[in-house]
Amino acid sequence: MDVDSSQGRMAAYMRDHQDKVVGRWSEIVAAGLRGRSSAAEVRRELDDLYVLVLRAMSGADDQALGELRAALAELSRSRARNGFTPTETALGVFALKDAVYELVADAADLVHEYLVFSRMMDDLGLLTFETYATAREQIIADQAEAMLELSTPVIRLWDGVIAVPLVGTLDSARTQLVMEKLLETLVATGADHAVLDITGVPTVDTEVAQHLLKTVSAARLLGAECIVSGIRPQVAQTIVSLGIEFGDIATKATLADALAHALDRRGQHLAKEGPA
Amino acid sequence: MERVPISKIGTTLFVSIQIDLQDESVVRLQEDLADELAATGARGVIIDITAMEIVDSFIGRMLAMIGSISRLFDAETVLVGMRPAVAITLTELGLSLRGVRTALNAEKGLELLNGRA
Repeated sequence: MDVDSSQGRMAAYMRDHQDKVVGRWSEIVAAGLRGRSSAAEVRRELDDLYVLVLRAMSGADDQALGELRAALAELSRSRARNGFTPTETALGVFALKDAVYELVADAADLVHEYLVFSRMMDDLGLLTFETYATAREQIIADQAEAMLELSTPVIRLWDGVIAVPLVGTLDSARTQLVMEKLLETLVATGADHAVLDITGVPTVDTEVAQHLLKTVSAARLLGAECIVSGIRPQVAQTIVSLGIEFGDIATKATLADALAHALDRRGQHLAKEGPA
Repeated sequence: MERVPISKIGTTLFVSIQIDLQDESVVRLQEDLADELAATGARGVIIDITAMEIVDSFIGRMLAMIGSISRLFDAETVLVGMRPAVAITLTELGLSLRGVRTALNAEKGLELLNGRA
């Protein structure tokens, strides 16, 4: 008995019992999803899938398997996006095996057919898993990119003074982005002082310091002076114990101190209003 | 070989590089500038590189050298108008151009020199 004809027989058998199998299948899937999709919704999804599975098994047209895989991939992607777990996603395919098994358990002459069918379902199950993982990775990559964009604002503090509040770990990609935005803003605004505020940087190691120094020297090439502010006590201790040298770069405890320093350097002074 | 013109404004020599600088041109510029500094006794040099899109390590080093030569004539060099992309490239190359002062544009460069005088 070759695989094709056994698949054909299995498909015919399953078509005869479509209602029963899909009914049981939806039941198992709906139970696994714990009410996050309505029963009617699950039933509709699975009905479409079942038709595709039967078409792929009967081997009548070549496109059926491709369509089935595409439909499953789409389903796993939407599951991944809606926060379902991988188990819940793969369950959708594997549950069909259970549903069909309950049907053929009594029919001893279909054991071979069931095995072939089971192997096909395993393949499809793996496919959903793979698509699920890819979709999740895509989501993570998108979020990382969005974070990168969000975390590098350049603020105009005063006439000729701009500030970059750095939040999060400063890696090479972030440094590059910060540097580009800082330099572009320097040119656009004609500012001659820039404050790099590292209050939001959790740790400063040699690599982060290296990146900071690079940013400062690039800004210097444009003729702007940088002040590093927001150094917390723990960070100061780390910097000293690692032996990091900031050289002639001015460092201040707070953004306010840095602004005062920049204004002082520019020859501007703040005065209180009212009688002296 | 194209030559870079040097103009004298008061006690300042103004060099605006408008061409894609070849290696020979920058060597020639260095010689011309030394002659000019000796002849005029200028106190400052402004090199405007707004138009330069590419600065490689050789040109970077030559610019730093021009700064050192000017200092021997008691003149200060200010490099003005560097593009962000050029600044990033020079930093990545590890060239911080010590000995040369920098300013955002020619106007600020002049202010810097005048503030010193």
